Amino acid sequence: MNVANLLSNYEEAVAMLLFGIGFANLLLQKNLIKKIIGLNIMDTAVYLFLALKGYIEGHKAPIVTDGVQSVDAYINPIPSGLVLTGIVVSVSVTALMLSLTIRLYRRYHTLNLDEISTRLKKEGQ
Amino acid sequence: MELVQNFPFLSIIIALFSGPLCSILGSRWARRVNTAVIALIGIMSAAVLAYTLRTGESYVYQMGHYSAPWGNEIRVGQLEAFMAVFFCAVMLLCMLGGRKELALEVEESKQNLYYVMVGLLLSSLLALIYTNDIFTAYVFVEINTISACGLIMIRENGRTLEAATRYMIMSLMGSGLLLMGICFLYDLTGHLLMSNIQEKVAELQAAGTYHLPLLISICLMCAGLAIKSALFPFHAWLPDAYGYSTLSSSAILSSLVSKGYIFLLVKIFFRVIGFDVIRESKMINVLFVFGILGMIMGSISAIQENNVRRMIAYSSVAQIGYIYMGFGLGTTAGVIASLYHILCHAATKSLLFVAASGLTEASGDRKDFFSLTGAGYRNRLAGVAFTVGSLSMVGIPGLSGFISKILFAQAAYETTHRIFPALIALALSTILNAVYFMKTVIRIYTPAARAGIQVDGRRISMGEQKQKSAALLCFIALNLILGLFSEPIVNLLTQGLAMFS
Repeated sequence: MNVANLLSNYEEAVAMLLFGIGFANLLLQKNLIKKIIGLNIMDTAVYLFLALKGYIEGHKAPIVTDGVQSVDAYINPIPSGLVLTGIVVSVSVTALMLSLTIRLYRRYHTLNLDEISTRLKKEGQ
Repeated sequence: MELVQNFPFLSIIIALFSGPLCSILGSRWARRVNTAVIALIGIMSAAVLAYTLRTGESYVYQMGHYSAPWGNEIRVGQLEAFMAVFFCAVMLLCMLGGRKELALEVEESKQNLYYVMVGLLLSSLLALIYTNDIFTAYVFVEINTISACGLIMIRENGRTLEAATRYMIMSLMGSGLLLMGICFLYDLTGHLLMSNIQEKVAELQAAGTYHLPLLISICLMCAGLAIKSALFPFHAWLPDAYGYSTLSSSAILSSLVSKGYIFLLVKIFFRVIGFDVIRESKMINVLFVFGILGMIMGSISAIQENNVRRMIAYSSVAQIGYIYMGFGLGTTAGVIASLYHILCHAATKSLLFVAASGLTEASGDRKDFFSLTGAGYRNRLAGVAFTVGSLSMVGIPGLSGFISKILFAQAAYETTHRIFPALIALALSTILNAVYFMKTVIRIYTPAARAGIQVDGRRISMGEQKQKSAALLCFIALNLILGLFSEPIVNLLTQGLAMFS
């Protein structure tokens, strides 16, 4: 592994870095909204990675408009399809997390998950 | 093509569409539709099982009109069909056993939504069992997570909301890792169909290239699924989620949801990567160590617990540890033992949850140990059922837990370096299991008057709760069948696993 390799593949390196940032935020942040932002950064990093893998230098998006059907004209469409599916999944889990956050906030008037846990333990339900 | 070959696809679609249908029905009709759908899918899966047993080989069902490397596929063998039948049976019994609690604990207007979640959960479990496309598997993993979260939070109180949030956070981290692993694998092999990926991985191994990326991909997928199925250090959400949600949810979550992920992991081992490659990677050592830690630590936490529902939940952590320990042995026999333990745990843990609710109900809905004194006399069937479940988990001959422990021990003998850690962990965890389960059994059979404890309980006869009694009797029978007629089942698992790759 040398630095030249890392520099020539800097896009992938950025994707991995973003994935790490998102994952750490989801795991370590106490604030629920920040956790959700972390989740979205993490998912977006995966989409960036996938989009890079499907991209071929100089080729166009795989939509046939001018009758050109040659394989050499277009990028790989499958990763784009996977990204679309991934976005749908990510939107639905984000919505679910936000709705949970709203419920918790209405009940406890805080967004700090640890504080909610300690309060629950005190109540001892 | 015969008609029966369409059944796996149809059962996924029927379960998927029963969800939206239930959302527009009233709670009573939603319940009927749900029960009918689960029963129908069970029967259809049984027909598929009979078909695969007759032909003796697995078949590929093509989705849409695109053939192998491009299209989407379902692949069905004996193991898949058997798991589908078993999961349907357990789910039906869990729903039956928790029906009364559902009516009491969930608002009337929301009850039909519960059946929406159950329908989606069943369809995602079936899809995880049958699919041959790894990205489809990822999408259904997420559907599984979302519907499981719905099952936890349908009984709305602070505890379940917090547990559902923690569950979602853990699961989302797991699925992020899984997705990244899948992307790496797609990048390396250029395929999404499991069988095609395996061919390419074999080529890569033979050429000796891309060793490190493949290893990273394996690690990411294993770690992701391990987090999602609550392997030891990732189990913080589990006791609250199982302990405070409504009864059917606890039983279904503990016996089925985590097992769906584990089944996907077995699929990744055997069909996507190939077990030889997995064995060469050091990932199974990691699974072995965490499995053993889970077996011990889960039991220790269970001993310290004073709430009976949470105690059973912590026991689940230990049992998941057993399953990963079996994977960590690195032999086919170890994986078969793990698969058998999936069945054993599903049948026993749901029995324990339903029985424990019967006991707490006879003790004025109190879940602490003192209130349970003598509960076995107040609700006789629940007492017997709890005893059977406890004995099975401890590993008394004649019940299912004994067979899985024997299988684990035999599998451990085939390995060289892992005999002693595996056997010691098995022995230690059996003793710890016995400590907390027998403590509870003795407690429920101590007459309250003799112990000098005032308990505000009431007597519950068998006829009073016909549905719960029927569910308990079926669970006991299932346990006895798994324990007494294990040989054909183990043979079926062995054949099915051979058909898998």
